[in-house]
Amino acid sequence: MELILLLFVFVLAAFLGFELIAKVPSQLHTPLMSGSNAISGITVVGAILAANTSSSGLSAWLGFAAIVLATINVVGGYMVTDRMLAMFKKKVK
Amino acid sequence: MDALTIVNLSYIVAAILFIFGIKMLGKADTAKRGNLVSAVGMLLAVIVTLLSKGLSYPLVIGGLAMGGAVGFVAAKRVQMTGMPELVALFNGFGGLASLLVGLAEYYRAKMSNNLLESVLIDELSSFTATVIVLAILIGGITFTGSIYAWGKLSGKLGGRALTFTGQKAFNALLALGIIAAGILFSSSPANELAHAVLITVLILSLLLGIFAVMPIGGGDMPVVISLLNSCSGLAACAAGFVINNNVLVVAGCLVGASGLILTVIMCKAMNRTLINVLVSGFGATTQANGAKSTGELKPISPEDAYYILEAAKSVIIIPGYGMAVAQAQHAVKELGTLLEENDCEVRFAIHPVAGRMPGHMNVLLAEADVPYEQLAEMDDVNPMIEMVDVAIVIGANDVVNPAAGNDETSPIYGMPIIEAHKAKTTFCLKRGKGAGFSGLENQLFTAPKTRMIYGDAKATVTSMIAQFKES
Repeated sequence: MELILLLFVFVLAAFLGFELIAKVPSQLHTPLMSGSNAISGITVVGAILAANTSSSGLSAWLGFAAIVLATINVVGGYMVTDRMLAMFKKKVK
Repeated sequence: MDALTIVNLSYIVAAILFIFGIKMLGKADTAKRGNLVSAVGMLLAVIVTLLSKGLSYPLVIGGLAMGGAVGFVAAKRVQMTGMPELVALFNGFGGLASLLVGLAEYYRAKMSNNLLESVLIDELSSFTATVIVLAILIGGITFTGSIYAWGKLSGKLGGRALTFTGQKAFNALLALGIIAAGILFSSSPANELAHAVLITVLILSLLLGIFAVMPIGGGDMPVVISLLNSCSGLAACAAGFVINNNVLVVAGCLVGASGLILTVIMCKAMNRTLINVLVSGFGATTQANGAKSTGELKPISPEDAYYILEAAKSVIIIPGYGMAVAQAQHAVKELGTLLEENDCEVRFAIHPVAGRMPGHMNVLLAEADVPYEQLAEMDDVNPMIEMVDVAIVIGANDVVNPAAGNDETSPIYGMPIIEAHKAKTTFCLKRGKGAGFSGLENQLFTAPKTRMIYGDAKATVTSMIAQFKES
């Protein structure tokens, strides 16, 4: 049952995603891409859970590697997006 | 409320913040706040996850600290011109992380199986096995595909499309192999051969990522980058199904869907279908196609160009990837300012797929402080381009190639272009006489009203600026 619920959530999120950015001005394409790229680093949550004490040595280390990689994705992604948007901001004043 | 409820409620809040974040990213005046909102969502999701029981904190904290430091430094150091590479690289890391999450979950289940043989089958249901395969497959393709794209974009692998005979068949074979192994694994995940089968899926997926990006030329990179971005979201989503985690599913799916939309927008801007971009090997095989242009190239010096510019009343600047390579955006902006002071109307015409990622030129011109009012989209420029005195093409090629409009044999026929050839005079700044990045010959360069200015774009523009300042 839980899986069905997850699938349900998946389908709704897909439609929401399509709707959300149907009309985005082209100047925002890059920030939108790198911003959503940072969101895909959400897999860090899964990585943290994988590095569980009940995990075997191998799983824990795989989890650790995943944490490092996903965090690079998250932190770097949000920061470059912020840098880019800061440049866009200047022009508006 | 128990801890699990709090965690799950917080995940819902995080999901809401992501949704608002993406929504706000789509509008110019709220974009910066939107990014912040989604970052807060991420922070919340990570913090409540840290409250879960039984984490091995040394690994978790160590991993977060290491990844955070690397990401921080990379984001601070990167030049705006290096942005496409960096986005590709981050993307690849995200994909690999999702792959590892899937793999770790498999080993966890496998180990507990070995300890308690009675729960052998239950531990890994067919569904979980299927999503593990998906996480590894999508994550693997995203990882090697992004790394290969990064290599192409940063010039380490050469930007051209690489094709070999039987490439399509080879890729299809890889895909079939993955599907077969995937089905085999999902149907009997507890089988003793299952581990070997899963590793096969892993290896084939990594190979497919490389071979899928290999035949794609530099000009198609915006499509590839946004598609890979979409894939990294889907990989996170698959990882979410593996560990039964709703926030991963929602956030991953949002990214997957929005990335796909962006990909479609890019494809439309080139009047091509996604399939066409992925399999055509654009650029490597096209030299033979398309009519050879017959006219001659008419070079002029930056000094002569200056005299024409000095008299011009309206100028349109059309930047392309060459401007990024030459890091000429600041010089170009200065030239624009000088022209304006000389009573000339200056506009920057930006093609949706100019450069190597969606919106690439906008980022560079923003960095150089070009006023927002001067930026114009293709559809606004084309109707009035015949009134423009000078169109300056800086390192752009396919996006101004008239063959797209008049040569049915050309591989880019039908792609909307900025009609620079209709301006009264057209200057093309170009490094050398060879064909451009895509390998296509450009009719614009030999058009009667076109003058070529050879050399490094930055040096050329700088010398024009010097002329303006002397007079």
